Amino acid sequence: MIPGIEKGQGEPEFVRAYRARAWDAFARMKLPATTEEAWRRTDIRKLDAGRFAPAAPDEAHPDPPIWLLEPLAGDKHGGQITITPNGVEAFLDNELAEKGVVFTDLKTAIRKHPETLEKVLGQLVNAEEDKLSALAGAFAEQGVLLYVPKGVVVETPLHSVLWGPGVGNAYFSHLLVWMEEGSSATYVHEYASPTENGQVLHSGIVEVHVGEAANLRFVELQSWGENVWNFTHERARVDRAGELDWIFGAVGSHLTKNFSEIDLVGEGATGRMSGFYFTDGVQHFDHDTQQNHNAPHTTSDLLFKGALEDQSRSVWQGMIYVAPGAQKTDGYQANRNLVLSREARADSIPGLEILADDVRCTHGATVGKVDPEEVFYLRSRGIPEGEAERLIVEGFFDPIMQRIPFDKVRQRLEQGIVDKLS
Amino acid sequence: MAQLEIKNLHVCIGENEIIKGLDLVVGQGEIHALMGPNGSGKSTLAYALMGHPSYQVTAGDILFDGESLLEMAPDERSHLGMFLAFQYPVAIPGVTVANFLRTAINGHRQAKNPDDKGMPIPEFRKVLKEKMDLLQMDHGFAGRYLNDGFSGGEKKRAEILQMATLEPRIAILDETDSGLDIDALRTVAEGVNALQGPDLGVLVITHYQRLLNYIKPDYVHVMFSGMIVESGGPELALQLEEQGYDWIREKHGEANAVSAATGDS
Ligand SMILES: Nc1ncnc2c1ncn2[C@@H]1O[C@H](COP(=O)(O)OP(=O)(O)O)[C@@H](O)[C@H]1O
Ligand SMILES: [Mg+2]
Repeated sequence: MIPGIEKGQGEPEFVRAYRARAWDAFARMKLPATTEEAWRRTDIRKLDAGRFAPAAPDEAHPDPPIWLLEPLAGDKHGGQITITPNGVEAFLDNELAEKGVVFTDLKTAIRKHPETLEKVLGQLVNAEEDKLSALAGAFAEQGVLLYVPKGVVVETPLHSVLWGPGVGNAYFSHLLVWMEEGSSATYVHEYASPTENGQVLHSGIVEVHVGEAANLRFVELQSWGENVWNFTHERARVDRAGELDWIFGAVGSHLTKNFSEIDLVGEGATGRMSGFYFTDGVQHFDHDTQQNHNAPHTTSDLLFKGALEDQSRSVWQGMIYVAPGAQKTDGYQANRNLVLSREARADSIPGLEILADDVRCTHGATVGKVDPEEVFYLRSRGIPEGEAERLIVEGFFDPIMQRIPFDKVRQRLEQGIVDKLS
Repeated sequence: MAQLEIKNLHVCIGENEIIKGLDLVVGQGEIHALMGPNGSGKSTLAYALMGHPSYQVTAGDILFDGESLLEMAPDERSHLGMFLAFQYPVAIPGVTVANFLRTAINGHRQAKNPDDKGMPIPEFRKVLKEKMDLLQMDHGFAGRYLNDGFSGGEKKRAEILQMATLEPRIAILDETDSGLDIDALRTVAEGVNALQGPDLGVLVITHYQRLLNYIKPDYVHVMFSGMIVESGGPELALQLEEQGYDWIREKHGEANAVSAATGDS
């Protein structure tokens, strides 16, 4: 399937072993099929799996557009990594580097920071989950390692971009984040590519560790071109009194299947997940989320909101799990969908599995349409039909925007709304 | 003189004819009261005038300055100067009063000039403050989501705020008095009176005389079973206050009997 790659050449033993295991799993497994519960609503038989080759340097690849590289979580970056098939550009503020912060691309991390990498590689996501995660594990070349030492507060946001052009290319990415005790950072990662005429494959793994009383705001934007088949397996672990604020914004790709899990493993750990998605055309997004309360006094709060146009489809499947003995946990989960066309369809499937008795868990799932009385009301005030719809859709997304503390991230998502509606 | 002219109007909701041949002329500078018992079709008339898609005009015409509104979308009617204060304003969650009003103002500006870039924000803020002061509204109101969780009185006041901001030429107030206590009623009425002038024609829909103590009508019409059955001056409203609607029913019950026989409600 992927010719011409030698597994883990010149890499340290633990990386080679990791890749070898993933490779074995890849060789052993079949592509996920709709007979499996997690894939029941997402059919990938049209993925032309035999046709891809790992992205290679090529002068014909377009450069990432300027707007993609602009800071989103503040006025300037503390560090930025741009990964394209033609190479990597990376910078990190000297002051942060002197404090021991590592923010670098995966290849450099393997060479220069193996002991840090070993802490996190393969610790959170099992690359053997399915054939696609195995592929990412075995071959990930495009990736980022973020390490923040104990007590270090990174004030300026960090930003990385994976730019993935080129029909027939396969991209395998791996994001690794390790926040030591009492550290703090804001990290924005974006996946993006131009829309081209032919399939592109991306499979990615994201592993995040938030240590004791550490604090991470993690924004992931998915702006793939509408020809990209996108698969990710993501898991974040939050230790005692740690806080993770995890924001997802998805507007791109042809098809996305995303597994995101949060493990609250220490008392007082908090995890918030906020998801924005908007599909149009024939896009298909499938977000599978899981909030695991493995320790008492943990709090999770998930809100995913999506709008759908044309013949597009979305699936959200969520689960709150409370382990035995994880008393006094507070879990919340809600998914709201606004279906804007007759042919679009949203599925929303919440779930609870609670094995402790003193907990508070609530969930909600809705799929609705624009109320024509609202449209009439707005139009009666001189607001044209298209604008009226836009206002209603923006209003629908407002609760998600309220959860995003970054103006420019909000503006990007608002632009997404305008683009999708026009 | 700009005016609203309703000619032999028939309006259906689905299969049911609700307005059954109604004539009325509201000139600018005039205040007309439209009274009538519940279910007589007052709100249906209001919606039809504003162009609600579920209300079909099956015969007759609605003219604004001599131009027919029938083929116009609600937003186009608004751009011409029509305004309806809803009996039951709809909530728009997540959209603030300020954002909504600015979009509405800009909708009007762009209808006049497609290249208009919209009212500058500082100017908009000033306008909005002025209008809120006129209606004795707390400025914090601008940041609340439109009608979302508003009390009955707040909703009615928000309707008049919209009217004040959009400066229509014909305003239809559908039961703007219902659900208001006497103080709220007075503020709302004062707001309307402050907007009153030679450029504005008002059609006040109510089934109580109460509001008419504050907003003095030049003409009073009584609607019954989809038609205007009596017209007169302010004294007609007083008569209704004293005698109720029974005499109307007795006098015009025939129409009722006919509609009962054809299965209308
Ligand atoms: N959306 C609707 N669908 C069907 N019938 C309606 C609808 N709205 C009003 N009606 C009917 O039309 C008649 C007039 O109602 P309405 O215009 O609300 O009267 P009023 O405002 O005078 O109380 C009533 O018989 C009512 O049941
Ligand atoms: Mg009514």
